[in-house]
Amino acid sequence: MVELTLPKNSKITEGKTWPRTSHATHVTEFKVYRWNPDDGQNPRVDTYNVDRADCGPMVLDALIWIKNNVDPTLTFRRSCREGVCGSCAMNIDGTNTLACTKAIDDNKAPVKIYPLPHQPVVKDLVPDLKNFYAQYSSIEPWLHTTTATPEKEWKQSHEDRAKLDGMYECILCACCSTSCPSYWWNSDRYLGPAALLQANRWVQDSRDEATGERLDNLEDPFRLYRCHTIMNCSKACPKGLNPAKEIATLKKALVDRQL
Amino acid sequence: MADIDAGAAKGPQRPRPISPHLQIYKPMLTMVMSILHRVTGAALYFGMLVIAWWLIAAASGPNAYANVEWFIGSLIGRVVLFGFTWALIHHALGGVRHLIWDTLRGFEPADREFLTLASLIGSIALTFIIWAVGYLAMGGPR
Repeated sequence: MVELTLPKNSKITEGKTWPRTSHATHVTEFKVYRWNPDDGQNPRVDTYNVDRADCGPMVLDALIWIKNNVDPTLTFRRSCREGVCGSCAMNIDGTNTLACTKAIDDNKAPVKIYPLPHQPVVKDLVPDLKNFYAQYSSIEPWLHTTTATPEKEWKQSHEDRAKLDGMYECILCACCSTSCPSYWWNSDRYLGPAALLQANRWVQDSRDEATGERLDNLEDPFRLYRCHTIMNCSKACPKGLNPAKEIATLKKALVDRQL
Repeated sequence: MADIDAGAAKGPQRPRPISPHLQIYKPMLTMVMSILHRVTGAALYFGMLVIAWWLIAAASGPNAYANVEWFIGSLIGRVVLFGFTWALIHHALGGVRHLIWDTLRGFEPADREFLTLASLIGSIALTFIIWAVGYLAMGGPR
C-alpha cells in the first residue's frame, strides 16, 4: 500500500551534534541516521565533523573514522571496501549506493546518510533484508535441468555466455530494489528489480531447461508487472547494471511466447 | 544454566522503525514523471466527467448547454480545461514513451533522460499549440 508518511515510531527526531576533534582544519559535516533498539527513542539524525586530513576519500572511510574517533556505537555493515561484497549499501546524498565506492567530495555537504529506504531498521544504518533474500531465493537462482547430467561441465558457447553480461555482475546489495517506489509500497508481493534481474539471468541462460516454468512463475500482476519503469533502480545500481532493462526483457519474453 | 537466547530474556523486541523513503530520496526526473503519469491519469477521470457533462447538456437542450457554456467560459472553467488538455497530452505522450520502452529501446542513461524530458516538453508545447489553434479558430478569446 502507498504510504507517503512514516509510521509514528519511525518519525525522525532532532539528534545531537558531536563536538569537533581539536586541531582539525579541513572538516566535512556528516548527518547520519541513528536508531538504537535498546533506548526506547525514535530514530534521530546525528551530526559529525570528519577531519579530512585524517580520513580516506570515500564515504565508508568517513563512517569508519567516526566509529574510531568519535562514536564507537555507530553501526553499519562493511566488508570488502572495493564494491564487490555489497555490504555497505546505504542511502547517501539522496541516492542508494555503496559507501565504499562513493567519494565524499561527490556529495553535497553536509553529507546525509540513511539506511536503505523503506526497510525495517535493525540498528542505525543496518536494515533487515530478510524479505529481499527470501525473494531472491523464490526465483530459484540455480541451474534447472531435466536432461542427464553430462560427464564433465554443462557447456555454453561464448555467444550464449555473453548474454549473461550485465546480469552476472550483480552483487545483491539491494540498492536497486530499495530505490524503487513500487517496491516501497508493494514489497510483500512485488519481487523488485534485484530479484527480477536475477530471474532474467536464469531465463537467458542457455544451459537452463526450466525457462517456461520460470516465466510462468513471473506471470503475475504483482511479482513482475508492478514495475512501472520508474528507472530509480538503473540510476542507483553501483555496478552500472540496468535492472529496468532486464525487467523489460522479461515482460517482452512473456509477450513473445504468446505469439 | 544461562539462558542461551539473550533476546528472549529481554522480553518482546521493540517493533523496528521503517527507514525513510520518499522523504529523503533525491527526486529523479524519471521518478517524478512516473508520479505525474499516475496523477494525470487520475485527473483524466475528472476531465471525462466534464466531457460527459458537456455531451449530456448538448443532448438535453439549450438551457443545460448554456450552463456548460457559462462554466467553461469562466476563468475557473478555462483553467480546468487547460489543465485537462495538458493532463491528456502528458498522459498520452507518457503512454508512447512506455510503448517505446516495451520494445526494449531507450534504456541507456542518455536515451531514457531524453525520452522523459521530450515527453514533458512535448506535452507543454502541444498544450499551448492546441489552445493557440483553438483561439485562432474562434477568432480570439471571448
